[in-house]
Amino acid sequence: MDTESTYSGYSYYSGRSRGSHRHGERSRDRHKSRSKDSRSEKSVTINTPPAEPLLGDSAVRGEQIQDDNWGETTTAVTGTSEHSLSQEDIVRITKDLEDSVGLDCRRYFTLTLAVILGLLVFLTPLAFLVLPHLLWPERLQSCGTACEGLFISVAFKLLILLLAVWALFFRPPRAGLPRVFVFRALLAVLVLLFVVSYWLFYGVRILDSQDENYQGIVQYAVSLVDALLFIHYLAIVLLELRQLQPCFSVCVTRSTDGEMRHYNLGQLSIQRAALAILEHYYCDFPVHNPALLSASKSRAAKHLAGLKVYNVDGPGNNAAAGLAHSQSRAMIAAAARRRDTSHNELYYEEAEHERRVRKRKARLVVAVEEAFTHIKRMQEEEQKKAPGDVMDPREAAQAIFPSMARALQKYLRTTKQQHCHSMESIQQHLAFCITNNMTPKAFLESYLTPGPTLQYSRDHWLARQWTLISEASVTSGLKDGTIFLLKCVDFSLVVTSKKIPYIQMSEEYIDPKSHKFVLRLQSETSV
Amino acid sequence: MSFVPGQPVTAVVQRIEIQKLRQGDNLILGFSIGGGIDQDPGQNPFSEDKTDKGIYVTRITPGGPADEAGLRMGDKIMQVNGWDMTMVTHDRARKRLTKKNEGVVRLLVTRKSLEEAVKQSMGGCPRQ
Repeated sequence: MDTESTYSGYSYYSGRSRGSHRHGERSRDRHKSRSKDSRSEKSVTINTPPAEPLLGDSAVRGEQIQDDNWGETTTAVTGTSEHSLSQEDIVRITKDLEDSVGLDCRRYFTLTLAVILGLLVFLTPLAFLVLPHLLWPERLQSCGTACEGLFISVAFKLLILLLAVWALFFRPPRAGLPRVFVFRALLAVLVLLFVVSYWLFYGVRILDSQDENYQGIVQYAVSLVDALLFIHYLAIVLLELRQLQPCFSVCVTRSTDGEMRHYNLGQLSIQRAALAILEHYYCDFPVHNPALLSASKSRAAKHLAGLKVYNVDGPGNNAAAGLAHSQSRAMIAAAARRRDTSHNELYYEEAEHERRVRKRKARLVVAVEEAFTHIKRMQEEEQKKAPGDVMDPREAAQAIFPSMARALQKYLRTTKQQHCHSMESIQQHLAFCITNNMTPKAFLESYLTPGPTLQYSRDHWLARQWTLISEASVTSGLKDGTIFLLKCVDFSLVVTSKKIPYIQMSEEYIDPKSHKFVLRLQSETSV
Repeated sequence: MSFVPGQPVTAVVQRIEIQKLRQGDNLILGFSIGGGIDQDPGQNPFSEDKTDKGIYVTRITPGGPADEAGLRMGDKIMQVNGWDMTMVTHDRARKRLTKKNEGVVRLLVTRKSLEEAVKQSMGGCPRQ
């Protein structure tokens, strides 16, 4: 769809007034967008260019017709600024609301089920021990030494079970998965069946017949707790240990810029594998920067814009599909024959850009190093100095920031990163570096290379709503050749998995004394 | 055979023609060579001049085709089928001798005894 390829969630801030413009863009301004000429220093950057017309919005379409050159001169079409809402945002928010209501219901439902099951499990042995005393106390045999020893054993085993269940199950949930977690469901059913069967036996053989052998009853309760501990062991193996051994190598590719990473995963279901991959994604992949993709889109637009197809035959001749087919074929043929010099432009543009980036980087490094020389950490014996001179890290950062602000801003604008860093965040980072005695190079590293998504501010984590698109069922296990997609609003991650091959290793013994050498006098070949 | 760099080499040579013998899949000549411009000339036991990097015959299989054709151990091979062997690498010499599509190799070899034989014959018969 067109909207998906040209929309992005971010906008460019105009370079001059960073702070004030934030609150200015409330509505979507329908400015005529100017082409971004990144060669000249004095160029105007795009503030909020209009996006493509909404479906059925005739007012916008009317305005669009007036501007003939709109498609030709745009080099970067972005979405809206951060504080205005676009159609896409509205759709996204309503979807979030619907989904979150549904998800919360499900979460509370499973939570209550788990709590009920847990209470049942813990109270059952205690009930087994207490009920005989309540129902037939006079006929009950008194509890001897061995029996009382078993009480201690039951108590401690229950305590261990309690701690183990807390450790394994009572962790904050990492994510909401689309389908139920199969192993957990199976374990819950198993525990339920188990406890129900014990209750049945107890009810029939002990309550009905009112058995007097209290030691037997206590041993019965102990066996229940033992079996519960074994079920917990089964839970650990199924839920935690089984997927530790790597079995598949998955290749994750981002659809917009082709960033690729490989991970090793164990035997997991597709949804759990997707979750593991997403957690790696936030740490490993450099942040998605839609501004870097605009150049190729503009080139593609230029390719198509140069050709216009006219239908010379009468309008009613071909069927619609055939017409489109022949038109596209004609366009492809014409494009192939056209002498295209866009590769030349690309080459020189890239060389020029690289040169400019390096020059700005040199200026930036010098400015930052010079700025850092203006402050130094105050030593203990200098505390007698006037307290007016003494600054805390935040004030020190604010004091030296203006001298490097311009160079940093220019560099960020050249590398198209200016929307990732706000003034506030830069000053915070500067204060952080000063506090921890970092060098200027350490301060600059986070701006010179795009880091992982975790490094940036909260709003860059917007894509917390991911959609798993898969042909196989998402609770089925990973197999060799499984392909699925993880789609978020701006891009998607394509995941393919391959099985790690079975490795057959053999050994070869080399005697350490067998390393002997002779001089080669002259090679002699027999013919 | 003294070798002055830059000057053409002159030597008394004997023409030897060896028929290759088929042994299984290979055609063999029945001798071994050593030397070459990529080898160490100081190790050559047969050369007079220890800087000579030519190709020498180091071993002859008794009863083999080379033996019957008259090749002797210590001979320096000057040409093989017209190709020069005085300034070649060891591997190139081997390749020239073991071409699969040639059944016969014609060598020009030289040895010390040839020079002396010529000297003797020239000395014996005075010039007329």
